[in-house]
Amino acid sequence: MGEEFNPSKPIYLQLVDRISWEIIKGERKTGEKLPSVREMAIQSGVNPNTVSRTYNELERMEIVETKRGQGTFVTEQKEKLVELREQLKINHIQNFIEEMKQMGFSSEDMIEGIRTYVTNEKENES
Amino acid sequence: MITFENVSKRYLRKHALSDVNVTIPEGKIIGLVGSNGSGKSTFMKMIAGLVAPSEGKVMIDQESVSRRTANKVAYLSELDAYYSFFSVKETIDFFASQFQDFDLEKANDIIAFMEVDPSQKVKHLSKGNRGRLKIALTLAREVPIILMDEPLSGLDPMVRDSIVKGLLSFIDLEKQTVIITTHEVTEIEPLLETVIAIRNGKVLALEDVETIRERDRMRIVEWLKKMYQEEA
Repeated sequence: MGEEFNPSKPIYLQLVDRISWEIIKGERKTGEKLPSVREMAIQSGVNPNTVSRTYNELERMEIVETKRGQGTFVTEQKEKLVELREQLKINHIQNFIEEMKQMGFSSEDMIEGIRTYVTNEKENES
Repeated sequence: MITFENVSKRYLRKHALSDVNVTIPEGKIIGLVGSNGSGKSTFMKMIAGLVAPSEGKVMIDQESVSRRTANKVAYLSELDAYYSFFSVKETIDFFASQFQDFDLEKANDIIAFMEVDPSQKVKHLSKGNRGRLKIALTLAREVPIILMDEPLSGLDPMVRDSIVKGLLSFIDLEKQTVIITTHEVTEIEPLLETVIAIRNGKVLALEDVETIRERDRMRIVEWLKKMYQEEA
């Protein structure tokens, strides 16, 4: 049955996150057509009005463009996607810091932790 | 648009609905949720014109529910009510002969989409395929209001999935409103835009599901429990 959604966040925003993520990862390319509202609703088992709202939000964020009578497309303005990527980076860092704080780690602990982790990874690769 | 104005229904001394006032928005998939015996089926049957209110008025587009409004409503009953000696195809043709608004081509498309064999006798269908046939017969009517009373009940997850996909494929929310009652509410939660909570014949709330997620951070079931506790 469709996909799992977090019960404490509007689904239209969860779909915005998911599609943004797919675009950044390159699973959806610049200029590529998104599924129609109905197709997307069927694929994800979500109300079509929710999908419309998702597309409107993505359009407001200027990540997608709707061409009349043709459908919705991932934007071809590369700078918008760069912005989105930066935004997602900041969001992830925020979440990370928020959770680390809740576990009682200081900023120094976090930076030190990241540095050690990255160094270890590099050593393992070489 | 469907409106309940001071609607009550009594069966002898039992109140199935008491003083219900609610306006149901158009172009949405709406879940009608509540415990057993809360009045869900009575509510649905009143919109379909199968049960008359003891008091008050049920209206569709400002017109009291009657035989004339029946052509605006497709009602999927909880029960099976088909001729078991008919084949699937004969059942569809029979329904096409009964309802002017029945779209034969659409019915055949839905049956094909759900992979039901049209030549099978209804009595030989599995429970899942009977469920699918019922959905096809309901969705094939070109009407603004679709009522589904427990369309998923007793069906396995695969069948439920194909029914949900069929529903999403063949409804048109620009022209249609769908009201669903179900015990499997968590399963179809992403499908619902609005919920109506009903308890002991009273409508407790009509709420946007995204609002429940955002404001209350709850699933519909949890929200319903909260509504029930506040009312008790």
